Amino acid sequence: MPDSDSDSGSVSRRYFDLKSRRAEPEPVRLSRRVVLKGGAAAAGLAVGSGAVRGFPTIWAQNIKNITLRQFGTGASTYNEIAAKAKEDLGFTIELAGLDSDAVVQRAVTQPKSYDIIDAEFAMLPKIIPTGNFQPMDITRITLFEKVVPIFTKGEMPDGKKVSLQGTAPIKVSYLTGKDSKTFSKQPTQWFNLMPTIFNADTLGIRPDLVKEPITQWKQMLDPKYKGKASILNISSIGIMDAAMICESMGAIKYGDKGNMTKAEIDKTIGVLIEAKRAGQFRAFWKSFDESINLMASGEVVIQSMWASAVTAVRAKGIPCTYVALKEGYRSWAAGLGLARGLTGMQLDAAYEYVNWYLSGWTGAFLDRQGYYSAVPETAKQYMTADEWGFWMEGKPAKGDILDSFGHVMEKAGATRDGGSFEQRMGAVACWNSVMDENRYMVQKWNEFIAA
Amino acid sequence: MTEAGKVRSGFRSLVSVAWLQAAPIAAIMAFFLVIPIVVIVVVSFWDYTEYDIIPSFVFTNYTDVFGSWVTYETYFSTLRFAVLTWFFTLLIGFWIAYFLVFHVRSKTWQTTLFLICTLPFLTSNVIRSIAWIPVLGRNGLVNSALIGLGVINTPLEFLLFSDFSVVLSYVHLFVLFMVVPIFNTMMRIDRSLIEAAVDAGASGWQVVRDIIIPLSKPGIAIGSIFVVTLVMGEFITVRLMSGGQSASVGLMISNQLNYLQYPAAAANAVVLLGVVLLIVAAMMRVVDIRKEL
Repeated sequence: MPDSDSDSGSVSRRYFDLKSRRAEPEPVRLSRRVVLKGGAAAAGLAVGSGAVRGFPTIWAQNIKNITLRQFGTGASTYNEIAAKAKEDLGFTIELAGLDSDAVVQRAVTQPKSYDIIDAEFAMLPKIIPTGNFQPMDITRITLFEKVVPIFTKGEMPDGKKVSLQGTAPIKVSYLTGKDSKTFSKQPTQWFNLMPTIFNADTLGIRPDLVKEPITQWKQMLDPKYKGKASILNISSIGIMDAAMICESMGAIKYGDKGNMTKAEIDKTIGVLIEAKRAGQFRAFWKSFDESINLMASGEVVIQSMWASAVTAVRAKGIPCTYVALKEGYRSWAAGLGLARGLTGMQLDAAYEYVNWYLSGWTGAFLDRQGYYSAVPETAKQYMTADEWGFWMEGKPAKGDILDSFGHVMEKAGATRDGGSFEQRMGAVACWNSVMDENRYMVQKWNEFIAA
Repeated sequence: MTEAGKVRSGFRSLVSVAWLQAAPIAAIMAFFLVIPIVVIVVVSFWDYTEYDIIPSFVFTNYTDVFGSWVTYETYFSTLRFAVLTWFFTLLIGFWIAYFLVFHVRSKTWQTTLFLICTLPFLTSNVIRSIAWIPVLGRNGLVNSALIGLGVINTPLEFLLFSDFSVVLSYVHLFVLFMVVPIFNTMMRIDRSLIEAAVDAGASGWQVVRDIIIPLSKPGIAIGSIFVVTLVMGEFITVRLMSGGQSASVGLMISNQLNYLQYPAAAANAVVLLGVVLLIVAAMMRVVDIRKEL
């Protein structure tokens, strides 16, 4: 419950934090060439020595006392990852999972309450201007060159350009300098978020209760599913699902779904309000668990969903499909960001943690939840050929496919909804976003919820 | 006058002793109530962006509040929840208290039953709300039972994620706040009044109407203030039980906090405070609590 006392406290504290921070002169920028060479050499070294977690022994003594406080969205907050990090690295990661709005709120208003944030790329236009993050120096990221190029170059591994509608990661990946608050259009040495998980989102359905093939976004508003549909109530994501639906219905033609005009926002919300008044929606969900419960209990048969929620419903033995739709996917990505206040040994530990995160074990863990991870090459080493074939290549499973917790997800012969990494991420139509008209959009979204 | 000065002359003057005695609570109220409210009022005139709040003096937050149909619709739905909840908690609460006071003769049983009434309140609000979901859901207890008995063929959809479930949950959550004050005032009713009335030939209903209800008024008023103010500021239950589909003023404020729109939330809070104070003032006009206590 928001306690007025502490809230007003944090507001004023935050205001003074912002005031006291002055823009410092930007350091000379390294040329891209030099940076890339450095990164490649570091990566080569790490792979050559076979140890990604080879940290200097000087601080191996003190490292056990280090605790890094990390929070992020529920999607990638797994205690298993923190436990494995403790085992491999020796220091403690304290995890907390929040809903997306709360993550932004805390990132912006309580910069001293965290060391690392697992934030979404779409949150960056709100967080970066506060100066609460420090960008990562890519020369210290051993596997930087192996990171999926969607984030580093804005393209698929095969060189195909990724959709730029919405807050595409490449638009917010780089800063112009170490102390800059401005996104750089060109790659620089300063990288904001190291991707942890990303995915192509679509609608989830209960195939046992939906008796027809679902092939288009507009089917969510089909009167057949009156009182059995749900859309997520996080405005920045919900509006994109709504846009996919409106476009699919032919109701609206958008210039850029990820950056709507006021008129486009009005029309989109109009369509939603009409559907709500007609009783189309059973509920709106805000946290990941709510979406699981709605689906598993049969309250809802077609809804906005996240991949790991689909996995969770299936792990309960309830059929749930993440349908591939004609119009493509709405995509998002999250990543680790470093708090401005991290210095010295804490900062070294944070880099160590990020490098460890990319080194494969976590990637495999998250891939098995139905997400994609930042460095596929290393994750592959921790997965069986069958798992890799199922999750990444869209091949039929040869044996049972287990999720990260050992529950049977799929029987032999099943293929992943939507197919391979290239098929799914290649069909992304837009990204979760923060629009120029965001304030207006939020206001309109609230009207929809209140209607 | 300085604190030391107060102490020195205080013993001679009863008035300053009274001031001194009131000082600790005054200090606490000033620190935890007055200052925060002043801060909220001040911030409600500030400006804001996506990620920052800017000290200034603008009326946009208030024009946003009063200029949007969402506000009126939200206040209307919140007031409707408040009235419905008030009505049902009063109806149920009054008769529970009446039963405990006038029908249960033994003191031990009275206390035991009263404690049983408070038992559910040992768990958290949120859990008590969520517990309704498996009961009321499409495939929940009530629907399965009714279908199993052959009373209905298709599940009743209105049971969950509806205004019905919100009010049901509120009544469940807040009925005790009605029972306790009414119970207290009823306990103080002089039994000889009732005996006299019965001797004079009053029927049972006349006793309730002419003696018990008028003498329970302060309890009813206090209970009503509790219930109405609780519902007016509530936001978790309404979100959970309406499946996020209904709005309340509290939820609107909580959303604005989530979107970092602190000044807008502050303006809304000031308006809500004003509305609730008006409601409470209206209730106090109907029943003078201090006179009748």
